[in-house]
Amino acid sequence: MKVNRSIEEINRKIKSGKAVVLTAEEIIGVVEEKGTVKAAEEVDVVTTGTFGPMCSSGVFLNLGHPQPRIKLGEVYLNDVAAYAGIAAVDLYLGATALPPTDPTNLKHPGDFIYGGGHVIEDLVAGKEIRLEASSYGTDCYPLKKIETSFRLDEINEAVLYNPRNAYQNYNVAVNLGDKTIYTYMGILKPKMGNANYSSAGQLSPLFNDPLLKTIGMGTRIFLGGGIGYVAWHGTQHNPSASRDQKGLPEGPAATLALTGDLKQMQPRWLRGLSYLGYGATMQVGVGIPIPILNEEIMGYCAVRDEDIKAPVVDYEKGYPQRESGNLGLVSYADLKSGSISVQGKKVPTASLSSYAGAREIAATLKEWIAKGHFTLTEPAIKLPSADAGISLKPMPQRDPDKGEGTL
Amino acid sequence: MIKQKIVLRFPPHIVEQPTIYHLIKDFDLMVNILRADINPKKEGRLMMELSGSEANYQRAVEWLNEQGLQILNLEQQIIWRSDLCTHCGACTVICPTEALMFERPDMKVRFSEEKCIVCELCLRACPARAMETLVENANFQ
Ligand code: SF4
Ligand code: SF4
Repeated sequence: MKVNRSIEEINRKIKSGKAVVLTAEEIIGVVEEKGTVKAAEEVDVVTTGTFGPMCSSGVFLNLGHPQPRIKLGEVYLNDVAAYAGIAAVDLYLGATALPPTDPTNLKHPGDFIYGGGHVIEDLVAGKEIRLEASSYGTDCYPLKKIETSFRLDEINEAVLYNPRNAYQNYNVAVNLGDKTIYTYMGILKPKMGNANYSSAGQLSPLFNDPLLKTIGMGTRIFLGGGIGYVAWHGTQHNPSASRDQKGLPEGPAATLALTGDLKQMQPRWLRGLSYLGYGATMQVGVGIPIPILNEEIMGYCAVRDEDIKAPVVDYEKGYPQRESGNLGLVSYADLKSGSISVQGKKVPTASLSSYAGAREIAATLKEWIAKGHFTLTEPAIKLPSADAGISLKPMPQRDPDKGEGTL
Repeated sequence: MIKQKIVLRFPPHIVEQPTIYHLIKDFDLMVNILRADINPKKEGRLMMELSGSEANYQRAVEWLNEQGLQILNLEQQIIWRSDLCTHCGACTVICPTEALMFERPDMKVRFSEEKCIVCELCLRACPARAMETLVENANFQ
């Protein structure tokens, strides 16, 4: 390598206010003009961003002990069910959780107007949250029922822990059937009436470090408008998915588990969402800084929408029935242009992830670093990458009484 | 010449009257119906574009008022809450008239009120529920 820079060196520059930081969008032109070596010499950090629906998100809460004490059993926060199968007043509230009274899809398509993601947004916004809980009572935790309300600043901890965020690439969803369908990829009109995608493309964190050479456990990031960390690789992490020569995956691949203190986050970047006919979820803002350690890393950061391809998948039959195969690959440049061509048909596109939001996150993170408020971290361990030989497993299905090999 | 998009709200006893016939026949107006519905309480709601001479249009409005019909401005029926919009773009393929559209290369969604036909499809299609309607419309069902 012609350029060799350490994270320590970068941090020294950040602290003295001299670090050169560009967003993943801004760097594209610089590399085109100057080449990777010159660009790597000049730029210390590239910032990325994404702001999309991320169902595998949620928050751990510790509410403090009431008098007398209770071991929470069945718990509702603003009527939404939370999980209390951990210690007495610890809870986990997931983004897709619903109130038991939600009519779900009884009248299809259901509205899913308020779920876990909305509670988290309200919590971060400082609103009063209603708690209703019951329990069986023990000698040490005698209270059997409680109704009260609380605000974020009144409880001990609120830690966002998202088991799977920041998907490296995703499907482009279409509907080959002849009726409208309602999916987590949005409303899909019949006969390929539209194609929905969900990635920030060239701004997306894991497209700028496709082989996870810099992002690892402990990487400090922008999360929900505050500071967070990479906790682990995400669930369904599939880094060994097929990739092109540049290391870019041609379908859903790597994922990240992210965590951070909810108390310093902002409701603007943690938004409760209602997907018609599918459910409630949360839109999460994530931004990851990429340290330009050498020209190879700079080469990855120069990725453009034209270079990144995503598979078009049928959500009427193909996805729900877990059939393999797709209807072809399209680039993010095409997706963002407003229409793509699938099997000779022109199909209008729409996004679920906000590119304007991703842009703002990358710019905010850039500002934090340039002003010296945000330094980079050395990962504690690397995450499994393309060479890890991971393959995604389906759920085992068999007669549980007879064991393996039966159905 | 005048061209106006309006919403007419009919009380139950007028729903069965041939109102549109009179607008065309007596006031020489061109009527383009955008949407019409009747709720279980038998109240009617008609969204349409009227065009004709200014004088005829004014006379028609007076006549409609005399009939006990409520006339509302169509362009204020759907509200885009820019403070709630995340600019995802999910609505842009749902809106039939491009009233909701991506502005490129900004990739920000813009709402053009004048193109909206109050089909209300965006209300439930927007995951962030940034599209709202007036209380009267919400209560209409
Ligand atoms: S779907 Fe809703 S949040 Fe998304 S761009 Fe349209 S109005 Fe904004
Ligand atoms: S009401 Fe219909 S026409 Fe108006 S913005 Fe919504 S989807 Fe478009």
